[in-house]
Amino acid sequence: MAIKDYIRQRYFPQMWCPGCGHGTILNALLRAVDELGLDKNSIVMTSGIGCSARISGYVDFHSLHTLHGRALAFATGVKLSKPELKLLVPMGDGDALAIGGNHFIHAARRNIDITAIIMNNRIYGMTGGQYSPLSGPGKKASTAPYTTIDNQFDVVNLSIAAGASFVARSTTYHVLECVDILKRAIQHKGFSVVEILSQCPTHYGRKNKEGDAVQMLEFQKKTTAKLGSKALENDPTLIPRGVFVDIDAPEYCEEYDKIMKRAMKETLQKEPLKNFGNQANQTCDMA
Amino acid sequence: MTDNIKTDENVIKTNNIKFVQGNEACVEGALYAGINFFAGYPITPSTEIAELLSKRLPEKGGKFIQMEDEIASMCAIIGASLTGHKVMTATSGPGFSLKQEALGYACMAEIPCVVVDVQRGGPSTGNPTHVSQGDIYQARWGTHGDHAIIALTASNHQDVFEITVDAFNLAETYRTPVILLFDEVIGHMREKLVIPEQGKLPIVDRLRTSVKKGVDYHPYLPREDGRLPMSDFGGEHRYNVTGLFHDMWGFPSNNPKVVRELLHHLIDKIDNNAHAITRYKEHYLEGAEYVLISYGSSARSAIHLAKNRRERGEKVGVLELQSIWPFPEALVREKCANAKAVIVVEMNMGQVMKEVKACVDNPSKVFLANRIDNKLITPTNIKTLLRMIQGRGV
Repeated sequence: MAIKDYIRQRYFPQMWCPGCGHGTILNALLRAVDELGLDKNSIVMTSGIGCSARISGYVDFHSLHTLHGRALAFATGVKLSKPELKLLVPMGDGDALAIGGNHFIHAARRNIDITAIIMNNRIYGMTGGQYSPLSGPGKKASTAPYTTIDNQFDVVNLSIAAGASFVARSTTYHVLECVDILKRAIQHKGFSVVEILSQCPTHYGRKNKEGDAVQMLEFQKKTTAKLGSKALENDPTLIPRGVFVDIDAPEYCEEYDKIMKRAMKETLQKEPLKNFGNQANQTCDMA
Repeated sequence: MTDNIKTDENVIKTNNIKFVQGNEACVEGALYAGINFFAGYPITPSTEIAELLSKRLPEKGGKFIQMEDEIASMCAIIGASLTGHKVMTATSGPGFSLKQEALGYACMAEIPCVVVDVQRGGPSTGNPTHVSQGDIYQARWGTHGDHAIIALTASNHQDVFEITVDAFNLAETYRTPVILLFDEVIGHMREKLVIPEQGKLPIVDRLRTSVKKGVDYHPYLPREDGRLPMSDFGGEHRYNVTGLFHDMWGFPSNNPKVVRELLHHLIDKIDNNAHAITRYKEHYLEGAEYVLISYGSSARSAIHLAKNRRERGEKVGVLELQSIWPFPEALVREKCANAKAVIVVEMNMGQVMKEVKACVDNPSKVFLANRIDNKLITPTNIKTLLRMIQGRGV
């Protein structure tokens, strides 16, 4: 299918600033879904609050635009109650790791089959450029006129420590690499994290004198290197890109299925006549 | 055959009789109503609800999850409701505070769900293992912004069971969160519960759209009767759900007309049906000169006192509220019209009393009999005030 078949054209043009990296991520994500040949009815996208979160309105999937930081908690309810659905959860850096940090580490710990995409532009864009937990020290922001003193999280290390079974990083400069990684993340059984470094020329770029969108993209090219590459070996200060973790680990919904089987078996032995499978009856309206 | 051998019929009947805590009666009611998904977080005095459902739900193919906090529990049940399941969470005051954010989301996005608050002393950590009824206003106004809410309560375990079934029914009927305001005494006290046969109590199932695949489905366009048929996530209709003001497709809008109409809809669908949502009981109320208004465990003391006074020829009766929000103004006004005095019996600083004063013809005849010291209010506590009002000395 064409990319336009995955978007709700009724709601375009989108609300992101010119030069924002988020549209690139949307494009990469839709290409990944398309190349995997997934049924649109089988995909639920949940998002939180912020520039990044508006992505869920633009896609022609089941979409749940929720509360700041809580997208993964909502997604957990959707996934566990209907495990056959594919859950895509794009989040901003503040959304995922400040207000949503607790939900993030616990979703990773459970290894529930959800794909978390962190659209990391190192700033709160929608509220006007405040520093985020991924800004790092020495940066300027509207709440750090004298520069930040807060250290940043390393999303990759944090995800691995919390128990995510697939962890990767790319940038909006490396779009084809993004598509590839997103495909692997979506196919992965378990909690997958993809950090995509994105650019906010309006706030972060302007305040930190990183130039326009093109210059910021150049910066992503210059300051990152592929895992296992010569460049990374020669200059360990570069930010590594690629797939850091991809392991098989027990997935939460599958483990819960086993619990249900055990519970039903024990009850069957006690009460053999009891009838199971009490699914809600479908009733239709008369309209 | 001797007479004392139980027939099959009798065996079935005794199997349906239990001696349980109020929290267990709530669980039985939820299962009767068809709960399929529960997310929760441990908190006294509601924890038994989570414990029991962690055992009972997987036995019937339902899901239980203990989330990382109260916020996440509330979010998870909203997600699960959207896939077509009947959902519930349970908590107490401090956890109820944390759920307010997502509770507002459920109001705005019109997600059917049931939230149990087994009240304990507050504010803050308060008194985890003791009784209070201090969350009446939190249930009404805990989440920000204008909205309407349904909150129900009960004073004995049979009623806890039935009102829980009712809560699920109202949640589906009005596409709204429904709050069950129990209290520590009701939650932990043990008494008899008879579980009715399936089919005896009405069950409202999810109203799903009949719009066919490929036809534009409007998730937020009410039918003529005000109801909004739903479509499960994973089904043929893909639509947007948001906490922003939204149009009939569920897409964010700041159009003044859209905003105004949606807010009116959210409030009107409940307030205009207050008569249908109102639930109450009358005890010795016929011709009562002194009307006691109460709810939850404090109603037990009020009923006890009224019975005792009636036996002595005094015209004292009880109006027991089983729905607190929307506040049953018309009912309270009618039942208090001929009373010499109205005494609101509750375990807070007069939260329901203020509502009663606001809707009766003569607010100066409304008095408060309360207790706020961890202890269940006793019939004697109420009697002391009653005798003063009657001019008979303490």
